Parts: sequence; C-alpha cells; structure tokens
Amino acid sequence: MLTIMTSHISPAIRLTLLSLVFFSGLYTLAVWGAAQLLPHRGMAERVGYNGQNGYANVGQTFTDDHYFWSRPSAVAYNAAGSGGSNKGPGNPDYLAAVQARVDTFLAHHPGVRREQIPADMVTASGSGLDPHLSPEAAYLQVARVAQVRGLDTGKVAKLVQTHTQQAWLGVFGRPRVNVLLLNIELDQLK
Amino acid sequence: MNTEILSILLFFVVTAALSYPLGRYIAGVYSGRGGLVDRIFGPIEQVMFRLSGIDPKREMNWQEHLKALLTINMIWFLWAMFVLLNQGWLPWNPDGNPSMTPDLAFNTAISFIVNCNLQHYSGETGASYFSQIFALMFLQFVSAGTGLAAGAVVFNAMRQRTAVQLGNFYDYFLKSCTRILLPISFVAALFLIADGVPMNLAEGKDTIVTLQGDTVQVSRGPVAGFVAIKQAGTNGGGYYGTNSAHPLENPTVWTNLLENFLILLIPMAFVFALGFYLKKQRLAWMIFGVMTAGFLIILGTTVWSELRGNPAIDQLGLAQTSGSMEGKELRFGAGLSALWSISTTATSNGSVNAMHDSFTPLAGGMQMLDMMINSLYGGVGVGFLNFYVFIILATFIGGLMVGRTPELLGKKVEAREMKIAMLVALLHPFLILLGTAIAAFYTAQGHPMAANWLNNPGFHGFSEMLYEFTSASANNGSGFEGLGDNNTFWNISTGLVLILSRYLPIIGPVAIAGLLAEKKYIPESAGTLRPDSATFGTLVFAVIVIIAALSFFPALTLGPIAEFLSL
Repeated sequence: MLTIMTSHISPAIRLTLLSLVFFSGLYTLAVWGAAQLLPHRGMAERVGYNGQNGYANVGQTFTDDHYFWSRPSAVAYNAAGSGGSNKGPGNPDYLAAVQARVDTFLAHHPGVRREQIPADMVTASGSGLDPHLSPEAAYLQVARVAQVRGLDTGKVAKLVQTHTQQAWLGVFGRPRVNVLLLNIELDQLK
Repeated sequence: MNTEILSILLFFVVTAALSYPLGRYIAGVYSGRGGLVDRIFGPIEQVMFRLSGIDPKREMNWQEHLKALLTINMIWFLWAMFVLLNQGWLPWNPDGNPSMTPDLAFNTAISFIVNCNLQHYSGETGASYFSQIFALMFLQFVSAGTGLAAGAVVFNAMRQRTAVQLGNFYDYFLKSCTRILLPISFVAALFLIADGVPMNLAEGKDTIVTLQGDTVQVSRGPVAGFVAIKQAGTNGGGYYGTNSAHPLENPTVWTNLLENFLILLIPMAFVFALGFYLKKQRLAWMIFGVMTAGFLIILGTTVWSELRGNPAIDQLGLAQTSGSMEGKELRFGAGLSALWSISTTATSNGSVNAMHDSFTPLAGGMQMLDMMINSLYGGVGVGFLNFYVFIILATFIGGLMVGRTPELLGKKVEAREMKIAMLVALLHPFLILLGTAIAAFYTAQGHPMAANWLNNPGFHGFSEMLYEFTSASANNGSGFEGLGDNNTFWNISTGLVLILSRYLPIIGPVAIAGLLAEKKYIPESAGTLRPDSATFGTLVFAVIVIIAALSFFPALTLGPIAEFLSL
C-alpha cells in the first residue's frame, strides 16, 4: 500500500506544477489578453461625472434630499468590501430597523402613504452595492426631488421614465432604475 | 402568467436542452474519441504527461485509482496551505491583504480542495491576487476535475462485463480539466467581461469620490476568469465576499442567466453522458427524470414562498408586490434569486446571488433539503456518485420486494456492496446532525465561545447552524452568512466534516462499482428489475424521500418549519 502510494507522489507533484502553469497561469493570461479586445477591456463599465471615473454598476450612497435615494446598504456602499444584513425575516431588531427607515422616508415625503412604499426602498440588498431601485420607489421620490431643486415635477418624472430599464426580452429580471445614472443626469437638468 | 415564473420555466427548458449535446460530448471525451478537441488539447496533454512521468494508457484497478486520487489531493492541500499562510509576503498582493490564520487557512484549503468553497473569509480583504489565482482558482479547476474523473471511473466500471482494469486516473482527470472545464470557462469568461466583470491583473483597489461627495474604494482584480470556473465546476467560491450578488461579479440579468446556466450545465450533462457512454439512453432518462421531479418540486415551493414575500413585512403595511427583497439584488428580483438558490444548493455549487440567511423560512428550508439530498443533479461527477448510492439501495430494496437476489446491470449486488452503500448514505445525516447538535449545545449552554455565533435569535439562529453543517457535509459552500464562522470551532469542525464528506462518498461508490465490475456478468432474464423502467425510477425517488425525510425532518422542524409557522 505504502509503496504504491509513494509511487504516485512524484507524478502527482509534477502534474500539480504543470497544472498550475497551465490552468492558473496560461488560462488567466489568455482571458486577460482576450479582455483587451472586448468592451470595457476588463475594467468594468465606467461612467464619468464631476471629473470622476465611477462604476456604472456599483451603487452609491444617496441620502441628500436633492438626489434620488438608493436602497439601504449593510456596508454603506463602500465597495472596498461587500455584504448583506443577513437578518432573518422575523428578527425583531431587523423589523425595527425597517420600521425606522419607513418613518424616515415618510418624514421626507409628505403625502406618501405607508402602503405605497415598495419593500425594496426599505430593505438592504445582498451585496450592499445594489445600483438599482424599482421604478415605483423612484417615482415616489419625484415630488421631493423636484421641490428641493425647484424643477418641474413632470420633467423629473420624465427623467425617471427614460431611465427605466425593462425586463430583458420582456421576461427576464425586473423593471429597474439605475440610481447613479439617474442622479448624474438629474444634476444636468435645468 | 407571472413573467418571473415564465422566465424560470424558459430558463430551465433551455438549460436542459443544451446539456444534452454536452452529455454526448463528455461521453466522447471519456471514450477516447478524437476530433477537433483531440487535435487541440491532445499535444498539450501529451507534454504534461511526459514531463510528469505518467503513462496515460496504463490501466488501473479501482484501488489504484483511489490511491492516485488521494495522493494528488494531498499535494494540493500542502500547496494551498503554504500559499494561504504566506500570502501576506508572497508576490502579487496589490491590496496588501494579510496572511490567513492557521485555522482559517486549514478550512479554506480543505474547502476548495473538496470542491465545497465554504468561505470564512471575504475575497476583498482576505485573499491576495496570488491566492485567488494560484491557490483558489487552481483548486476550482482540479477539484472539479477530480470529481469528474471519479465519475468517469464509475462509468467505466458500469460498462464492463467482467473487468478489473478501469482506465487511467490521470487521463480522466486531466482530460476533464482541459477538454470539459477549460473551454466552457474560457468562453463564459469572455461574455462576463463584455458585460462589465473586471479582469485586471496589476491594479489594486480603486479610490473614487461618489456623486454625493463621499470617498469610497472599489475592489477589483482578475475576477472574470475566476467566476467562470467557479460556476462551471460547481465550486461556488466567489471572488468577492458576497459572491454573485456583487454587481461586479454578476452585473446584469444576462450574466446572471449565464452564470446560473453554468451552475446546472455539467451536472445535468453528466447524466446524459452516462446514457451515451453506456449506450443506455433510457437509463439516463430515468435518472434525469427522478432528479428533475425532485428539483422542480423544491424549486416550485421556493419560488412560491419568495414571491409571496415576508409576512412580517406585510404586517408593517408596506407594498411588497415584488416578493421578499431583503438580501436580494433588484436586477434579479425574488424570482431569479429563488431559481439561483435552488440551482446552487441542488448541484453542490454554493455560489449565491442573494443572501440565503434573509430568504423566507420555507425557501431556506428548501435550500437545506436540496443539500440534504445532494444528488438532484449534484456536484460535477460526485452528484452522480451520490445518486449511484441511492440506485444501489433501491436495487436492493427492489430485490427484496420481489424475492430475488438484487442485480444491477447484470451484476449481483451483495452484502459487501450494500454495507458500503449504507455507510455512505448514513454518513451525511450523521455529520450534519452531530455537528449541529454540538453547536446547538454550546449555544444553549451560553458558552463564551458561542457568544458571537448567531446573527438572529430563535428558530432562525438554529437554522444558521444547521445550514452551515449541511452546507459543509454536502460540499456546497453557501451559507446563512450571518453566522460568525471565522473562529476555531467552525473552521476546524466544518473542515473535518468536509474531509469525511468528500472522500468517503467518492471512495464508497468507486469501490462498489469496482467490486461489481469484477463480478461475473449475468444476462438479463424475465424476472430482472430493469433499472431504466418507470417502476424503478419511482422506487429510487421513494428511497430518496424516505432517507431524507426520516433523517432530516426533525431537524428541519426545529428550524425553518417552526419559523414558518411562527411568522
């Protein structure tokens, strides 16, 4: 038994080294090389604003009243890390936190009723970096944003509409609004 | 019909349809068929074999297969331990991440070698680029190759009339990596990059100022290549801490569908590969039918529970029209998140696109049930091995019912094979329930060690512990991630569970198949219980239900079912 085992050690070590070169080394270089010819060139989808080069798919914190708010995040949208709340559905602390977010939202949005607030507006995402919001949650904020900025409500609502992405092929995924892209254009709106 | 349900059905049909031709291709790989891939990869494999001093044509018996498998796995363990314990000073560490502690390195190394990918660290802060590529991604290739090779040995044994020699382990292993995993991963990686998954080698974290004026960082790296093999090889270990919920690991609905497709692709194809390899298509369809029946029942329950939403949120009076959204990404919604969660737990993949800890109670229970059965498609190669054990049990029970010596494909199943099959079948509940019981004991005692384990009180806290041991024993790797698991107790206990639950369920079925292959072939007669019949399929399904229900129902009652009833 032992001798048969040892007879496998030398081939195993050598095959391991060659596999490292091939699967870790050459595969990675080949994918990286091919990336240079592809959209985004392996640097993720970028978007420019205020002289910055942000990431279109990585959400950002928006808490100021003159911006559309994003979803709550367990990591404050700092993409140095990522994380969800991992709270169970019946956890009393969690439900109290949701209740507090609802109260905050209602305080900043006079005229909005509790049963109009979509769950995604007051629940944290899986990554803590979710760039999107449901169109319903965005429309609820239109009146506030328009008022703070002194803009026409219809114009702001129109902006939400143009930023609404539908489900892929009409079937896959949900309608959604990218909050970062929406707010970048909001800043351009006169 | 609800478009989310429609999208799930469409996805399932397309995935199953595409796995069928891949099954034919995989059977060709193990039959030694030539063709284009042989011309591309044949010379590379020849060089690797020659430099390794391996003769790929030298046939091995089942014992020698296992020795070769265990030896090379041991070498990988030593290599991974070395890298993870020293990544702090090793090259290619642009973020300056520190070396792992010994217990975390042990857990991580074992976890990736056994194709599980429990991650008690977060990639952004816990692993260097060197570790990600030369330890973790390396193991994602070779551990998947190991599983596929073990499956191929059993295929070969099932085909033989009477034989001792069952092909060459290294040959099966390397071809699984080069001809199956590599091409699929490479193509998938390109699609991921084109949709915005990073693939940069030199740059570390990016620092940006947000539109609102806060300064934050964005973690980057060689993500796309890693994610592709993570999904294709049912590994599941993410580049980022939140895995495929992260918008750079899974940016769009399209990448989500692609990654979910990869989760199921090879596990499904492997069943069809058996049919092509043995030239017994009906047998493959029987197996696929049983797996699919179980999968769809579990999937349906989960989707219903998630689209219905969290009753506690309803009680707050909110508009929960899109289902349960805590821990979910809006671009996927409750429907595609539920689909992913069941795909990943059925196949021993373990990647997530939403936080399982925050799913509704029944959905969490279904995720656990998936891993408790662990062979509804199952992990690459090994999912079939687990199912093979259920086939052996069903053959035996069927034989008893008709009063004949049980036979499978012309071979008598006798006491020795049955003992091995029973040991393997009982190992899984034993490890899960014993582990959970010990953890629950410490928690209930208020042991200081357990003070920071649970992120949720009550039934859900129990579920967090049950899920962790289930995930470890199923070599799955997903988690109720609220559990505080980066500490000595969880790193060591789940590490030990991982070793036992990986190698014994490989050794057992390979031994059974090897023993059966050595026996005399008995031609089929009128009284033979045909394994490709609907009757036999029903019997296998019943065996799975009985074993899963009897073993796990009490534990599930204490966790997810009690939580469901109390909400």
